[in-house]
Amino acid sequence: MRLAEPAAALAIAGLHKRFDRPAVNGFDLTVRAGELYALLGPNGAGKTTILRMVAGLLRPDAGTIRVFGVDALADPVAAKQALAWVSDEPMIYDKLTPFEYLEFVAGLWGIDAATADARARDLIGWLGLAEHAHERCEGFSKGMRQKVALAGALVHDPKLIILDEPLTGLDAGSARQVKAVLRERVRAGGAVIMTTHILEVAERMADRIGVIAAGRLIAQGTLEELHERAGKGDTSLEDTFLTLVAGEAAAA
Amino acid sequence: MSAPGSLAWLARHEFRLAWRDWRSMISAGRRRRTRTIVATLVVFAVVMHAVAFSMLARYADGGEPDKATLVAVTGCALLAWSLMLSQGMESVTRAFYARSDLDLILSSPVLARRVFAVRIAIIALSVAGMAMMLAAPFINVLLLRGGWRWLGAYAVVAAMGATAAACAVALTVALFRAIGPKRTRLAAQIVAAVIGAAFVIGLQAAAIMSYGTLSRLAILQSATVIALAPDPASILWWPARAILGDGAALAAVFAASAVLLALAIMAFAPRFGEHAVAAAGTSHTVTRQRRSGGMRPASPRRALRRKEWTLLLRDPWLASQTLMQLLYLLPPALLLWRTFADGTAGLVLLVPVLVMAAGQLAGGLAWLAISGEDAPDLVATAPVPAGHIVRAKIEAVLGAIALVFAPFVAAVALAAPLAAVIAAIGIAAAGAAATAIQLWFRIQARRSHFRRRQTSSRLATFAEAFSSIAWAATAALAAAGLWIAVAAGLIAVAILGGTRLISPART
Repeated sequence: MRLAEPAAALAIAGLHKRFDRPAVNGFDLTVRAGELYALLGPNGAGKTTILRMVAGLLRPDAGTIRVFGVDALADPVAAKQALAWVSDEPMIYDKLTPFEYLEFVAGLWGIDAATADARARDLIGWLGLAEHAHERCEGFSKGMRQKVALAGALVHDPKLIILDEPLTGLDAGSARQVKAVLRERVRAGGAVIMTTHILEVAERMADRIGVIAAGRLIAQGTLEELHERAGKGDTSLEDTFLTLVAGEAAAA
Repeated sequence: MSAPGSLAWLARHEFRLAWRDWRSMISAGRRRRTRTIVATLVVFAVVMHAVAFSMLARYADGGEPDKATLVAVTGCALLAWSLMLSQGMESVTRAFYARSDLDLILSSPVLARRVFAVRIAIIALSVAGMAMMLAAPFINVLLLRGGWRWLGAYAVVAAMGATAAACAVALTVALFRAIGPKRTRLAAQIVAAVIGAAFVIGLQAAAIMSYGTLSRLAILQSATVIALAPDPASILWWPARAILGDGAALAAVFAASAVLLALAIMAFAPRFGEHAVAAAGTSHTVTRQRRSGGMRPASPRRALRRKEWTLLLRDPWLASQTLMQLLYLLPPALLLWRTFADGTAGLVLLVPVLVMAAGQLAGGLAWLAISGEDAPDLVATAPVPAGHIVRAKIEAVLGAIALVFAPFVAAVALAAPLAAVIAAIGIAAAGAAATAIQLWFRIQARRSHFRRRQTSSRLATFAEAFSSIAWAATAALAAAGLWIAVAAGLIAVAILGGTRLISPART
């Protein structure tokens, strides 16, 4: 007897989005539960547009998006229940404290107060924000704001975390904390999809890496598979990435 | 070409920034709008000249002014000056706290005192410029009918701008030294709002107490005030005489104001940089918000309402704006108190004032709640239907309006229950209409852009104002027991319907 395959954490098929020119052009992707997937691409390749469509912030012109089997376009509220979105610009309120912010986010996701309270205290401690938990965010540094936003994304225990350049502006210590938090989520069975310009982060953290150019996925796989595809052998991800992108540009 | 770093070079740079800032305020950053805006301004200028002609043409030929004229002119000038001082204080506060180029300037080898000398002068010019634009139709009519001597009025407006800027700098710096940079930000905004409103409100309050009317002109034209005023030869009348075309008075007033501005620049420009640095340091200080206990349970809608109310309460700019709205309610409150004492039927006057204030306040609050969302992506990615989010925000706005106006309605109810019911209905209608307009014209903006909310859509601004006026008129007519209130109500509904038809939400 063959067991039914579990639904992918994220399944994207035939995604199209056009602004004044095509931004996403027939994009397909599957991310499994328990996987950290890094999406790489040059500026303007369409990475953020894709992630915004997955998060329900943009409506695609065509294509399908499924989050843990739920059609995100047909039932966005159910899909959103399972996901969290963290952008490179932290989305927090200057006049709220981190604790109040987490209380607000927990309210939005309908988490009961006792559970939210325990999770918030854990996250605040884990991310080194305990000392500032009851201070308004208006005086916080970029790194602290990013950590508050990340805590907000995790307080409702999402199964799929979408991050757009999550390590921008973080110091080395904070970046390590965030990476540890993300790995922990993946180990617990969640899925993480992130964009980054720091190739070393993708190299060290990602289970699989996707390379995108001109709104299309031009290559994906493990680091070794990408090296092989680019014919670069044992070189760095940077060399492989540049070769793949240059090859695509030449083909276009 | 002026040398880089010189006063002229810095002034050119500041003028360019001020000009572009003004243009973007007018056109809301849309180039195609410029032609429409220019045409609108021309029409507005023609209408204002016609209004000024009907009001002032017969006064242009006056000879030696009497005491009553001097009192009236001085009163009007003081009213304008208090508004200019308020605008100046706001500009100075912004120069301290909100200029993103301060780090660049203060880290450059240019002398900081030169930069700030230019900035204080620009503040004086912008304050005077704005006042001149508003006064121009009236001065032009007087020029046309009374001759060249009225040209001096422009110089008096410039002098008023200079003195207002000088006093604004002195007041803000005094606040800085008295209560520190952290508290000054909020205090200066509130003081500016209070100064802007205080003179008008003071005159109205005096008129209510003395004559039982809301007209501020009543006090300026009263025999008591004219009798108590100094002799026409007094130096106190020089500004009024300068406005009325007295050459010697004009020269003295203009020279005195120039000296005052120069003294302010000399005294404050060298320390301005230090204050700006101190102000910048406040963004790194933290505000402790201790709260005992854990998280409070909340549904998504409740969480949204709670968040909106918390942010509204903690917004210093909004606090000053709200305070201003409440200040304007002081004269009606006085009228209410006097009505109780005298037992007259003047209470009816209060109803439209409350309705108008509710409409205006609701418009501001609705913009903050609906358009001024600082974390739009967070709210949009929450598993909450969009309709629930909007409903929660509307509830937050209307809840705040109910809280502010309930005491006034309750007080009216003690004297005139029917008027209170009409006021309550009017407040609800004006508040709901203003909120609906903000909803139809919503944009995505940061809360800190509240000052510019009116430039994002002139149509929304005018619709909101006309709607509030129409609901206030409806309530006034209903409170007076006139059936024509039905017609006024239909006009209010028509305004709302028309606005909906042309709103981006519909198109």
